[in-house]
Amino acid sequence: MAEPLNDMSVAVLTPEGPPEVFDRSPRLRIPRRIGVFRPVVLFIAALYFFVPLGGALWFALYNKAQGVRLHAFTAMFSQPGFDEAFLLSLRISVLTVVFTLVLMVPTSLLIHLKLRGARRIVEIACLLPLVVPPVVLVVGVMTVLSWGPNQLEGTWPQSLINWLQNSSFPGLGTTPMILPLLYVVLALPFTYRALDAGLRTSSIGTLVEAARGLGSSWVKVIFFVALPSLRTSVLNSAFLAFAMAFGEFTVASIMQFRPFTVWIFQFNNDDGQLAVGVSILSLAITWGFLLIITAFGRTRSAKGTS
Amino acid sequence: MTAVIATGGGRPATAAPRRLRGWRLPSLASVGLLPFTLFYAVFFLLPTGAMLWLAFRSPEVAGRPAVPGQPGGLLGQAPTPAQPVVPAQHASFTWKYLNNAVHGIFFDGLKSSIEISIFTAVAAAICGTVLAWAIVSSGGGAARGGSSIFKQLVMSSSAVLANFGGLPLAFLFVCTLGTAGTLTKLSKHVGFNLADHFNLYSVHGVELVYLYFMVPLMVLVIAPALEGLRPQWQEAASNLGANRWHYWRHVAGPVLMPNVIGSIALLFCSSFSAYATAYALTNGTLPITPLQINQQLNGNVLSGPDTKHIAAALATMMIVIVIPLTLIYQLMERRTARWLSH
Repeated sequence: MAEPLNDMSVAVLTPEGPPEVFDRSPRLRIPRRIGVFRPVVLFIAALYFFVPLGGALWFALYNKAQGVRLHAFTAMFSQPGFDEAFLLSLRISVLTVVFTLVLMVPTSLLIHLKLRGARRIVEIACLLPLVVPPVVLVVGVMTVLSWGPNQLEGTWPQSLINWLQNSSFPGLGTTPMILPLLYVVLALPFTYRALDAGLRTSSIGTLVEAARGLGSSWVKVIFFVALPSLRTSVLNSAFLAFAMAFGEFTVASIMQFRPFTVWIFQFNNDDGQLAVGVSILSLAITWGFLLIITAFGRTRSAKGTS
Repeated sequence: MTAVIATGGGRPATAAPRRLRGWRLPSLASVGLLPFTLFYAVFFLLPTGAMLWLAFRSPEVAGRPAVPGQPGGLLGQAPTPAQPVVPAQHASFTWKYLNNAVHGIFFDGLKSSIEISIFTAVAAAICGTVLAWAIVSSGGGAARGGSSIFKQLVMSSSAVLANFGGLPLAFLFVCTLGTAGTLTKLSKHVGFNLADHFNLYSVHGVELVYLYFMVPLMVLVIAPALEGLRPQWQEAASNLGANRWHYWRHVAGPVLMPNVIGSIALLFCSSFSAYATAYALTNGTLPITPLQINQQLNGNVLSGPDTKHIAAALATMMIVIVIPLTLIYQLMERRTARWLSH
């Protein structure tokens, strides 16, 4: 590699690296037209992507009655129902991340190290949720949940179904457990891929063998060998799960729960400016997160190659 | 890399202790898969199965004789309308819900869902490829460090925008191009009333908004493929007397084609199953299949006990459409790996 990875998503570079390609391009009968074409394309794209952002920003800042003010970005925190909805979303997202990692890290380690035969099956299983859009899965989930008060009346599955929709934990408040559990399923294709990519490119097999050979237990192997060496991909899949859970709207709104996204939608009818401010904030936060993760992955890969 | 790990497991040094421990290890290992299997069965297979069951199974109906209507009048009684016979019915497997799902308003919904998806997938594929090409080829030789930062910035922005579906996206457009949006108001000042020519809350509006996250998605998917095109190929073609059109027609085009087809399939699926954006834009009223499913599940009381079954039938139709496209995507991705992996 001529240079460290450009980006987490664009890992494929020619061995020569892109700059060399275009050092030569003038000699290669690439018509001069491209000199105009490229800026035009980039300009139109920039226009398309920045105009709505700019328009929204202006909309959030400016108001005929009060002029320009920062109200949209600061007043959100004091709105009725904000903290309740926000904390609910936070709990759901954290639970999604925890469930994903607890379930998928051992499973993917297991299929990479011990049960290679099962790997293909688990891989397909993890990709299958792509075929079932959230709006489709939720139909099935609501069907199963509706068995509770009907077919399963008075049995233990009914209490389980009730608990899934209305679970409460000491100190945490009520959190419908069904949501994080479903989000784990919906995020599976992405979280599994992130973990799998990490496992494929790391020399985890050798490391685990070495650790086992030196007499460490499986628990120690997972916490002191596997997790540290898979740090980036574990972090990646945790981020994917968190982002997915925090921004999810379809399932939550159809099942009539009220996390942050649903709250914003209902709130939009009262104060449009505020909802737009929140949207812009959420975009900025996601972007910041992703940049941090990319930077993290970069230093990591730089360390790995040196 | 994987091959190394694979042979690592077969080395005699590691095989020996395994044999010493006898039968326990493999069984322990497969027990380790139990949590995943259980979780997957309960939270994915069971709901999906229940949905399919619902789509094909009509419920048992007790039945009721006809009730004659009562004229009102005396003592202020309200008139009661006559009610028709409800025939008793055993639970049975039926095609009627699926039949329902492909006729009438549901057919229209499915049709406009598919139209939106095809249009946005193809448009995003074209725009995304052109844009990705402009970005990938922007690595100026002298400003090496600068270009890499630009590219990284664009790529991470694409990653953010590609996941930027849902409400925030809808709000962004509503307050720019909506009836009270910034640009709409601005256009009135200029004298060209945008609202007369463009309705954000229509199918075209939804398409425009979808492209906002689909073009970046296409950039993300296709950029690695474009970067995988080796300069030597172009040099070789050029040495053999090919012009630029020949190069794209006979070298780069065929190499990229599986990737582009696969991406279109992926984009179609992502557009087809999008829900939140259209819901927020049109308040759930746009007649497309995902929103119709919600209407059937949560909507009007009028439509009776069949609504859940119709929702399930619509959901089944969505799966039927998405499955082959996902297969195409997987197949094409595998074919791409032949030329563009390193």
